[in-house]
Amino acid sequence: MNRDPRDLQRYTAPERANHWLVGICFILLALSGLALFHPAFYPLAQLFGGGTWARILHPYIGVVLAICFAALFVRFRALNVMAPTDWEWLRRMREMAAGDDHTMPAQGKYNGGQKLLFWIMAACVALLALSGVIMWRAWLNLPVDLVRVAAVVHAAAAAVMIGFIIVHIYAAIWTKGTIRAMWYGTVTRAWAKQHHRAWYRQITGDQR
Amino acid sequence: MALQSLDIASRSATTTPSPSMRETAEVAKLIDVSTCIGCKACQAACMEWNDLRDEVGRNSGVLDNPRDLSAASWTVMRYAEVEEGGKLEWLIRKDGCMHCADPGCLKACPAPGAIVKYANGIVDFQEENCIGCGYCITGCPFNIPRISQKDGKAYKCTLCSDRVAVGMEPACIKACPTGALQFGSKEQMKDYAAERIADLQQRGFQNAGLYDPPGVGGTHVMYVLHHADRPQLYRELPANPTISPLVALWKGVAKPVAAAALGLVALGSLFHYVVKGPNEVSKEMEKEVEE
Ligand code: HEM
Ligand code: SF4
Repeated sequence: MNRDPRDLQRYTAPERANHWLVGICFILLALSGLALFHPAFYPLAQLFGGGTWARILHPYIGVVLAICFAALFVRFRALNVMAPTDWEWLRRMREMAAGDDHTMPAQGKYNGGQKLLFWIMAACVALLALSGVIMWRAWLNLPVDLVRVAAVVHAAAAAVMIGFIIVHIYAAIWTKGTIRAMWYGTVTRAWAKQHHRAWYRQITGDQR
Repeated sequence: MALQSLDIASRSATTTPSPSMRETAEVAKLIDVSTCIGCKACQAACMEWNDLRDEVGRNSGVLDNPRDLSAASWTVMRYAEVEEGGKLEWLIRKDGCMHCADPGCLKACPAPGAIVKYANGIVDFQEENCIGCGYCITGCPFNIPRISQKDGKAYKCTLCSDRVAVGMEPACIKACPTGALQFGSKEQMKDYAAERIADLQQRGFQNAGLYDPPGVGGTHVMYVLHHADRPQLYRELPANPTISPLVALWKGVAKPVAAAALGLVALGSLFHYVVKGPNEVSKEMEKEVEE
């Protein structure tokens, strides 16, 4: 066990498991969805045993994702309420991306970018689930005008979601010491103090 | 590519050109609604030639039987009772795939080669490549394709591409007892239709005309209508069918642009890392927390 007793607990095991379930479903959905999105990605269908299997499996995985995401949403909703400092953080994101984060406003458990991502993901999943069910020809045959709108919404929301998830994953890779929070749930004190100072102060009582 | 009449002009979910050196005459089926007696010989011939046996349905008190197209009923007769100038008119339309020059199904289909358009204009589903998503139904301006409950594949009229390929006319044409169904080159069919329309106009149907809707680039199944000004009279035949703008948006440039944008986001992230380096916890911070 490479755990330092001084490390801080950031996620509980159920929280991590929930996040992983959403992540696995998302990757399967993105791969099977992209296969149908554009012919350039059609070979991805082979990962699922061919186009027909990709078509059959995708919506069921989508339902699992929607349920798991709803659980994640309930867990983290309160922590992601936007505050004025979050908007300030977002306005100054350029400095952050330039790698010069020492002057950024102190952040709680989540910074403005993480919170905004949370709400964008919630909106995307809601739209994808609703439009996805409407398009689900294996079970439903709804009025064609509605299905056409759903097809556009589904493809657009999927593209937005995939784009933001790329940024989400990159941000975790870029910020060293972050990914372990999703593996075993802890982060170092220095990590917490540097990236989420308000949260660090709150849970350690260290007011410096 | 032995059968010239089956040369493929376009293919679903394929971004490179199809072999297109050889040019074939376009074919068409002409349905003269004014001489159709609604006997359904064409329906029976279609079942017979294509080895289709739909489930026996319920009699719903009207002549329409089966009530709708299905994966096993590729053509159905639709009957409308309409009052025109104080007289009852019985308008009968043989419904089925129109074989559009610009097929919405083919545009919408995500499976490479599941839908093809032959050089002669026939639009054909290749069920072995079909994944059963139903996008073709979403793309079709005429509500024609149907997904089979049995095998999850999409089906519709083939315009008897197998027969046409060997120089025969479609089965329905062969069976029609009144000559209301004709088959030949699209040019011939238009010429023949012009004669029929002149005749109808002489007999008091001033608005008689040809239904070859330009919104889908014209069709390879055309109607002679006595009321060409109001195609809706014929059980909702669309007056100006086109590929829905939503389908055009869904299947248009937006997608390659979105795909490129996603690629750029991924590449941008990579290069951000390469240029700026990782966001590490600073040494001072590590010291600060080691009290
Ligand atoms: C409850 C959730 C979801 C349901 C019910 C659902 C359902 C569907 C259905 C029915 C289709 C048509 C193909 C098929 O029948 O398999 C489809 C396509 C697609 N889905 Fe989903 N889906 C869901 C979530 C997602 C998510 C989270 C993504 C994001 C990665 C996604 C991305 C896509 C894409 C890219 C397509 C292809 C769209 C196109 O052809 O334009 N889906 N989905
Ligand atoms: S169901 Fe229609 S759109 Fe989907 S793969 Fe089959 S032919 Fe193509």
